[in-house]
Amino acid sequence: MSPSHATETTSHTRDRFLSLTALAVLGVFLWFAHNYLSGYVIRILNTIAIYIIVAVSYNLINGVTGQFSLQPNAFLAIGAYVTAILALSPEEKVQSFIIEPMIWPLSKICLHFPVSLAIGGLFTTLIAFLMAVPVFRVRGDYLAIVTLGFGEVLQVLANNLVPITNGPLGLKGLHPYTTLWWSWGLCIMTVFCVVRLVNSSYGRAMKAVREDERAAEAMGINAFWTKTLAFTVSAFFQGVAGGLLAHLITTISPGMFGFMLTFNLLTIIVVGGLGSTTGAILSAAIIVLLGEGLRTFEEPFTLFGHYFQGVAGMRMVIFSLLLIVVMLFADRGIMGREEFSWRKLIDWARSLAGGARRGRK
Amino acid sequence: MSSPLFQTHKLSVMFGGLTALIDLALEIREGEIVGLIGPNGAGKTTAFNAITGLIRPSDGKVYFKGQDITGRRAPYVARTGIGRTFQNIRLYQDLSVIENVMVAGHCSVRYGVLEAVLGLGRYAGEELRIRRQAEDLLDRMGLLSLAEEKAGALPYGSQRKLEVARALALEPELLLLDEPVAGMNPGETEGFRGLLKRLHAEFSLTVLLIEHDMGFVMKICDRIKVIDHGVSIAWGTPEQIQADPQVIAAYLGQG
Repeated sequence: MSPSHATETTSHTRDRFLSLTALAVLGVFLWFAHNYLSGYVIRILNTIAIYIIVAVSYNLINGVTGQFSLQPNAFLAIGAYVTAILALSPEEKVQSFIIEPMIWPLSKICLHFPVSLAIGGLFTTLIAFLMAVPVFRVRGDYLAIVTLGFGEVLQVLANNLVPITNGPLGLKGLHPYTTLWWSWGLCIMTVFCVVRLVNSSYGRAMKAVREDERAAEAMGINAFWTKTLAFTVSAFFQGVAGGLLAHLITTISPGMFGFMLTFNLLTIIVVGGLGSTTGAILSAAIIVLLGEGLRTFEEPFTLFGHYFQGVAGMRMVIFSLLLIVVMLFADRGIMGREEFSWRKLIDWARSLAGGARRGRK
Repeated sequence: MSSPLFQTHKLSVMFGGLTALIDLALEIREGEIVGLIGPNGAGKTTAFNAITGLIRPSDGKVYFKGQDITGRRAPYVARTGIGRTFQNIRLYQDLSVIENVMVAGHCSVRYGVLEAVLGLGRYAGEELRIRRQAEDLLDRMGLLSLAEEKAGALPYGSQRKLEVARALALEPELLLLDEPVAGMNPGETEGFRGLLKRLHAEFSLTVLLIEHDMGFVMKICDRIKVIDHGVSIAWGTPEQIQADPQVIAAYLGQG
């Protein structure tokens, strides 16, 4: 074995060890949070995990494959509705559906949460697959409009298919099945799957389509199938995330899945850096935390000894200012297209330590 | 004599009312290096695009290895064994040099999406195979030391070579080069000629190339096709072409 191979293998072992350690630390933290932290904190942690799932899978189609699609609100809605409908018990369905009774086979079905979640994901994948044919006939702005329209159509359907969705009343009284273990477990699974996919030959094909579709086709890559693959994989995880979200909030209605949801997610992946999975993860966490943290500015607060009366909506003002600052100083997002690696982190820590030592002398 | 490896028959392309290429007839035998030359706007690149499926020919036929590939889409044509480069370099700018070459290995990859995600089965072996193939090609092109650089950051000449490496990763039998030495200085052009000669022998390639550098074309090509305003005006060995009055008229203009 050549020396370069040997170092490659040792750094590989080191990376695997560090990754497993990080996972163990996360596990211990989640256990601690689950047992000792308040319901409010747990809810935020759950929300972060769900947003990471959606951001990472959204980035696969929008950042990695470069197709400007605006579908997440639609896919989240499908996942949420399918999972909720399957997981509710027949008695609960009778109670909820007061305008019109639910249609027959659905009204009697009641499945375990994990099974409904899986079916929610798979059903979303199926819809994405059927959508791919009309959707990927167009590119760029047109693709954005078609996918945006799809979300709107879905909202109208959810409002009017009363015997299935209970219309504008939505579904209430869902069981809070979404625990930290479910949300973070699936979050880690999503990140793992997406990262593996992006680093494979399929991922390279997706990036080639993003960079230059004609050149990709001239190298034997079928752009349509490549986009469809990214779209369906993305759909599966967004469907699952929808199911998790539904059973976190415990009530869903068509209004929840409007365009603003997609807009938030688009903000997340752009701030993180389009095409960077690491960026999507960081940015999802940061934006969820900021959304909560900035609420203090809407209540009366004291800053540097001055008393301020909170203004409702202030957090959105500060939030947009922060976004402008990010775009001014990092126009390709926090991470650009870079990804996290242990080697980079170690090098960075070493250079920091070196800088500090020089600073003391 | 055996049938030609590649053949076009009355290949024509029309853009609306504009005829870009009329009745192009080409016959390339295995192992030949054929030049396609003509003044700007003669329809050379259009011919390449029609052959490789990036545009649909309006009329005519394209045969490769005895198979009719007329109007087939680009990925299909690439997979049958026709690799190409582009006149205005079309690399995947933001990917690394080695990734650019590995992309073309996607056609030959034999693992499924699930194997990729779980890292099982043929995944590791196949990834290693494509990586080794890409490294070998970069080594031949003298680009191996730049493997981890972004393709867009390479100097112009290296980008041209990288395009060739990427096309070769398809393991093509026919290689189409669209102005491979454009923008190179005489020294670089000479270097590229030697390189192409070596690759031609080592990979037993058949080459069809478009080029404006007449010195290069005359030295390297076995036969040359000349087109002007979409119409074929001459076909023969470099000596025949140089002596052809119609070619001289097309290039220098008629008094």
